[in-house]
Amino acid sequence: MNLIRIYGLFLRHFYLITRSFPRILDLIYWPTIQITLWGFISNFFATYSTYYNNAVGIILTCAILYDFLFRTSIGFNMLFLEEIWSRNFTNLFISPMKISEIITSLIGTALIRALIGLVPAILLTSPLFGVSILNLGINLFFLFLSLYIFGITLGILVSAGLLRFGPSFENIAWSTMFLIAPFGCIYYPVEILPEIFQKIAYCMPLVYVFEEARRILVEQSVNIENIYKAFIINIIYLTVAISLFYYSFDKARKKGTLINIGE
Amino acid sequence: MTYLVEVNNLKKNYSSKEAVRNVTFNIKENEILGLLGPNGCGKTTTIGMLLGLLKPTGGEIKIDNMNFEKNRIEILSKINFISPYIELPKKLTVKQNLIVYGKLYNIKNLKERIEYLTEKLRLNELLNRITGELSSGQKNRASLAKALINKPQVLFLDEPTASLDPEVGDFVRTFLETYKQENKISILLASHNMNEVSRLCKSVLMMKNGQIIDNGSPESLIAKHGRKNLEEVFLKLSRSKNELD
Repeated sequence: MNLIRIYGLFLRHFYLITRSFPRILDLIYWPTIQITLWGFISNFFATYSTYYNNAVGIILTCAILYDFLFRTSIGFNMLFLEEIWSRNFTNLFISPMKISEIITSLIGTALIRALIGLVPAILLTSPLFGVSILNLGINLFFLFLSLYIFGITLGILVSAGLLRFGPSFENIAWSTMFLIAPFGCIYYPVEILPEIFQKIAYCMPLVYVFEEARRILVEQSVNIENIYKAFIINIIYLTVAISLFYYSFDKARKKGTLINIGE
Repeated sequence: MTYLVEVNNLKKNYSSKEAVRNVTFNIKENEILGLLGPNGCGKTTTIGMLLGLLKPTGGEIKIDNMNFEKNRIEILSKINFISPYIELPKKLTVKQNLIVYGKLYNIKNLKERIEYLTEKLRLNELLNRITGELSSGQKNRASLAKALINKPQVLFLDEPTASLDPEVGDFVRTFLETYKQENKISILLASHNMNEVSRLCKSVLMMKNGQIIDNGSPESLIAKHGRKNLEEVFLKLSRSKNELD
């Protein structure tokens, strides 16, 4: 892998973001609105629910974690879609960038995009709602890492679909997270789900991440096994997603999708 | 004779449709080869395969003596492409675009390369302007600078002067002639502008229905078909029933 080429693709998106105030505002605006809204809902539940009054901000913390996942996944898709919208797709794929370099660059850029949006929102929660996500301690890093990997995995899967089926796959890009959210058990324990849905939920890393976040906040204890399971499932999905991306690229070259998307 | 580009029996099928059928040609160093044919004849598909955007169904492409499929990334660093249907990121300045593509092609001494292209393509006043706000002619020059950022050995041009006014079109053609002479690069030019092809190309391929139906110098084709100019030859071949069918 060539770091200069990876940096080049990062730079393309860095210039794009930093040149446009509305783009920066857009990155910050939605996470802030989302978290402020959940902050008030969280306060309401903390006051009126016996479950939540044990840990003020449990919903808010989960909302922040979910938003990080959402931003990472959407961020990756946006970076890929940006090349299609700007009709720069062909230029990118006729440059000597390896697929691994494109994926690596977009993974890094998606993280920065997600953090630009989320850091201000996280900073806001402390003075506004008296909640600090740092209450999760060192485990916060592992939970974030798990969500980051899963967000990237979804982003790669959707981008593979865009490569394979062209821009018509764009709607899927926006709806993936909403499809997965009910099984993620973000705001409720997994036991709430019907049994069949629980089985589906346990096939995804999200349920382990959010169950663990709640356990840390409510019971002040950590089950390392959950974090470990989430990580293993993540690696499996990531490997599948990357393999699928390579497969889609090969298919796109055979079917001519790269030319159709590019023009 | 050594060729920089060698295309042998190139084929591309989409389901049951044969888009390109047994296309064979070579391009020498310091040569501009014209690729002519009506819309839908397989020019874009052929160029797509030469750029690695499409995988051939059969045949072989060799550039600089390397098999394309086996050395895709290395070959891509030696070639480039310009087409009015493909744009540079609109929100970036011209300079930012050149920096980005310089990095993607891993260019050493990028600053000097940008300065050289800026001077040659009269981009001085455009460097810090947003690419999307430029006129067609200005965008074309910026795209040309991007296409030359990696000092390509082979340049693929798809209607490079389409939608340009005569003055800018002439500037681009003169620039390409000079640049090719100075840098000994090979160029494949797909164009519908017959005057442009007559002026720039020593040799021309005529495509129809995915096949090469004739080839030769513009003069020899005009003489062979008993026409006054290349445009009339093009019309005759386009309207005739394909003898090869």
